[in-house]
Amino acid sequence: MMLQGIGLKKYFPVTSGVFAARLRGWIKAVDGVHVHVAEGEALGIVGESGSGKTTLAKLFLLLERPTDGSLLFDGQEVRAFSRHDLARYRRSVQAVFQDPYSSLNPRMRVGDIVAEPLPPEDGLSRAVIRERVAEVLELVGLRRESAALYPHEFSGGQRQRIAIARAIVTYPKFIILDEPVSALDVSIRAQILNLLKGLQERLQLAYVMISHDLAAARYLSTRLTVMYAGKVVETGGCDEVYTAPLHPYTQALLSAALPLHPSLRRQRMILPGEVPNPLNPPSGCRFHPRCPQAMPQCQTHEPVWKEVSSGHYTACHLY
Amino acid sequence: MPESSPLLEVEELRTHFFTRRGVIKAVDGVSFTLHAGETLALVGESGSGKSVTCLSLVRLVPEPAGRIVGGRVVFAGEDLLRKTAAEMRWVRGKQIAMVLQDPMTSLNPALTIGTQVAEVVRLHQGLRGPSLRNRILEALRRLRIPAAEARLGHYPHQLSGGMRQRVSSAIAMSCAPRLLIADEPTTSLDVTIQAQYLQLLKEVQAQSGVAIILVTHDFGIVAANADRVAVMYAGQIVEMGSTVQVFDTPSHPYTQALLRCLPSVELKRQQLVEIGGQPPDLAQLPPGCPFAPRCAKRQPICLEAYPPTVTIQPGHVAQCYAAVPIDA
Repeated sequence: MMLQGIGLKKYFPVTSGVFAARLRGWIKAVDGVHVHVAEGEALGIVGESGSGKTTLAKLFLLLERPTDGSLLFDGQEVRAFSRHDLARYRRSVQAVFQDPYSSLNPRMRVGDIVAEPLPPEDGLSRAVIRERVAEVLELVGLRRESAALYPHEFSGGQRQRIAIARAIVTYPKFIILDEPVSALDVSIRAQILNLLKGLQERLQLAYVMISHDLAAARYLSTRLTVMYAGKVVETGGCDEVYTAPLHPYTQALLSAALPLHPSLRRQRMILPGEVPNPLNPPSGCRFHPRCPQAMPQCQTHEPVWKEVSSGHYTACHLY
Repeated sequence: MPESSPLLEVEELRTHFFTRRGVIKAVDGVSFTLHAGETLALVGESGSGKSVTCLSLVRLVPEPAGRIVGGRVVFAGEDLLRKTAAEMRWVRGKQIAMVLQDPMTSLNPALTIGTQVAEVVRLHQGLRGPSLRNRILEALRRLRIPAAEARLGHYPHQLSGGMRQRVSSAIAMSCAPRLLIADEPTTSLDVTIQAQYLQLLKEVQAQSGVAIILVTHDFGIVAANADRVAVMYAGQIVEMGSTVQVFDTPSHPYTQALLRCLPSVELKRQQLVEIGGQPPDLAQLPPGCPFAPRCAKRQPICLEAYPPTVTIQPGHVAQCYAAVPIDA
């Protein structure tokens, strides 16, 4: 089973005026992205804010319709899905969001929160549901009695465990993790990362982990995709991308990561400038105004996507 | 480390919050010193008391719930805790400046950048007219804000997050303070922008000799920018030393665990060491070491009495029964 995006695009209209809204342009949040995740795999998607990684996650979760391109699930076009297929898709693709304080309904008991993704048409009896909820709560390291409590009775780390329990209650194949540990304290972060890794091995889950934290992404992912201004600039095996990054942006991103020890303070490659305005992205390669290795053709021609070594792709004129 | 008298000496600072649930000892006996030109990082998780420590230094603890109940804060030879509210207003902004986490909330959305920088400069330096304008532009340019003149008329929402943080730093540095308190200044910034900002902070410090208290929860920022580091847990400094000392020979089990539970870009997928349990409830602290319930090296005595301060090496201390000095 595979989740695959081919040439995915998501443009948001920008209008001005309150009543007679005039179209001023399009924000190309995701602009022709090819991505695939196989069963049991963990794909990390890293990039800075505005790179389109969260919009991509929303496309996967069917929270946004793609402007163009197709999303394939098990080789079938999601757009053409019947109600029944859609229900199956939603059961197989679940999500964990960044902030466990806003992603859990404060007025619902934990048991009801966790059971909510279970579709009513499955006709599960209350006893079965209760048992299933208890089972997943224990899988994420909470006590089964937690089901009777409300979210405010839990700490941030425990709330994220509840969110993970809710994601695995339907026995999904894929989980979209949108910055799963960014809102947590350092000591809790390690607990949740270990939990996610353990669950992946135990339940044969595939992860799509959206993150701006390169270290956390490396810890969990087997493959890595780097996004910049709505485009994928590099994809490859996690170790390859980290040890031999191809695209200058990936190199800068890794170089900007903070050192682990004061003796590793090195001359870091500091990128000038900022992430471009998505309403009016630069011509050619979108990274060229900040790129230390920009060449004349970078301003005019968009680089093509090519395989530089086995399984390691980039879009850059240097290769 | 310079031998001259320190710029800032904090002794046994205690800030408590009096709530219906009881007395919350947010800061409970914090002592440290800071010299001019030095960067001290205060590291800890949320609720460890690092932000309240900073607010106590400038006497901005939210009253009436919070009160500084003890200790001394000696800044340039004067005890700030004995100053009147009016005197403190002249210290804040001029002598001690702050940069907060989220520039979108620390800048006024309804005023232009120029007005906001001018406010501080006019108040503390009494400048008017062209000299005021020049000082503002100089402040913005020092933080490498491109097209500074055009920015004067802009509002905060017209700037990016990184640029907003530079503007609030420019305001902080505009009166040439002797101490800059930066409370999680890069938490809301992207990785590459964070790298830009941290580099800039170092350059500004090298030029002006300002002392910096850098509050963070990220050991990577400590490794990148700090000269010394103080690790806080449950309102106390559990370990303090030079950055190299603390990274090389972390001596408090909490520091050791924190350093081990960091995922890293350099390291492969190995199991992260986790710290079990939750941070303690500050209203109901156990009698002994507050970290004892989560500590892997717990001994019976840890639950009974607060551990002594052990000097590991000159300039490196840890509050733990298990800490052992290193023979030179």
